[in-house]
Amino acid sequence: MNMISRVLSGIGSRMIARIWRLGAGARLFILAIIYSGESFKRFHLTLREIYFTGVMSLLIIIVSGFFVGMVLALQGYNTLQKYGSSEAIGVLVALALVRELGPVVTALLFAGRAGTAITAEIGLMKTTEQLSAMEMMAVNPIARVIAPRFWAGVISMPILAALFSMVGVLGGYLVAVPLIGVDDGAFWSQMQANVDVRADIINGVIKSVVFGVACTMIALFEGFDAPPTAEGVSRATTRTVVISSLTVLSLDFVLTSFMLVV
Amino acid sequence: MTSNIVEIDNLSFGYKGRLLHKGINMAFPKGKVVAIMGGSGSGKTTLLRLIGGQIKPSKGSVRVNGRIVHEQTRDGIYQLRRSMGMLFQHGALFTDLSVFDNVAFPMRELTDLPETMIRDLVLLKLNAVGLRGAHKVMPTELSGGMARRVALARAVALDPSIIMYDEPFAGLDPISMGVICGLIRSLNDALGATSIIVSHDVKETFLIADHVYFVANGEVTAEGSPQDLMQSTLPFVHQFVHGEKDGPVPFHYAAPNYRAQLLG
Repeated sequence: MNMISRVLSGIGSRMIARIWRLGAGARLFILAIIYSGESFKRFHLTLREIYFTGVMSLLIIIVSGFFVGMVLALQGYNTLQKYGSSEAIGVLVALALVRELGPVVTALLFAGRAGTAITAEIGLMKTTEQLSAMEMMAVNPIARVIAPRFWAGVISMPILAALFSMVGVLGGYLVAVPLIGVDDGAFWSQMQANVDVRADIINGVIKSVVFGVACTMIALFEGFDAPPTAEGVSRATTRTVVISSLTVLSLDFVLTSFMLVV
Repeated sequence: MTSNIVEIDNLSFGYKGRLLHKGINMAFPKGKVVAIMGGSGSGKTTLLRLIGGQIKPSKGSVRVNGRIVHEQTRDGIYQLRRSMGMLFQHGALFTDLSVFDNVAFPMRELTDLPETMIRDLVLLKLNAVGLRGAHKVMPTELSGGMARRVALARAVALDPSIIMYDEPFAGLDPISMGVICGLIRSLNDALGATSIIVSHDVKETFLIADHVYFVANGEVTAEGSPQDLMQSTLPFVHQFVHGEKDGPVPFHYAAPNYRAQLLG
């Protein structure tokens, strides 16, 4: 009986801790929105962060997008030719990238590349008392540090996802047309005819914006909430990747369900 | 009569069920250098955080310029902090900004001064700490003592009336220690400010302090001028000032009987 109550109380306290962290994260999100004025009034602060989170992620996004597009074309052709519709390869590549792989894979790569950098930077700023120093100088760290990074992530993500899809389509084209020999005109015309701006592209953009908010906020919160020790920062960085990845994948399911119904 | 710029009245503070301060009273007169001394973990730094309004007391109050800190709104606390400067234990310089930009940071964030005036003021402050020539250097390229001096220039960037120092001598070589020691006194006198030093370095602190508080077991155990405290016969003060290994603060952490533990 004693052991059962211990197990139950352990589960309970872990649940309470999770809910508390969720509340603290939501509070930070609301504060970041409230203190966002500074990020737009002094846009150079946000611009600097866009460089670090967005521009510095370009290489990994472009290379990954290119290979994902090429693999999609190879796999797609392999299946489509069995049904005699290999010309539809362009549509398959484009739809897979714009609807799903573009936003999702970009968000996963963003969490690994930029998210971890954000968490480590904020965590170390906390550890070295830089955030406390800012507070003591009467400068609000949420307005000066958190909000510009938040908006930089939200702005960067859809652009990165669009670039991922664009380069992916290019990779798919290079494999399908010059390598396999699919007709050039059929590749592009089928894509043009079957990719819808509202149902496919806009929905993809909506997904990438939502993932941008989620991934950036998780990275910021983990850094802000990290215990001010080397171990604390390292654990927070790991948590950023794990939580962001799971959040992106589960949010993708929820968003796709809504988008297919509406 | 000297007016007190900071007053701590019957202050108690604790967390995680442990009471760190039990009804502490302190006064910090205008223009003086006042030191708070005590062993590690005695809550000295916490006192600075209470004065700066980063945490709230469980009981009692801290008054800065006659205003109770924990009763202020966020804007009120920020208003109070504009009259404060703080030197953190390891400097807390912003590692992504150069020495110049670190010192310019509070001016750019809190004032509407033109950039040309900020440039002159920053060079003036850096000159006061002897680092005008290092204004383009990044914090990671500085030694510990130099970083502390840049942080000091940043702390006094807006000519505060209260300057707080958290362990300003910790981890410094003797030359840097002497430099920081002299700067604390000279900046305090030049600005007409009040300095609050939290430290456990007896020699350096006694050299520049006008008044010293000793904190132990959550209470003020002794206070007075450095000369008075040097002569003090109070066991804790005597052990602390003369750096004796054993005394009221035991060398050994509470442990079971040594022989019994080894044999059993």
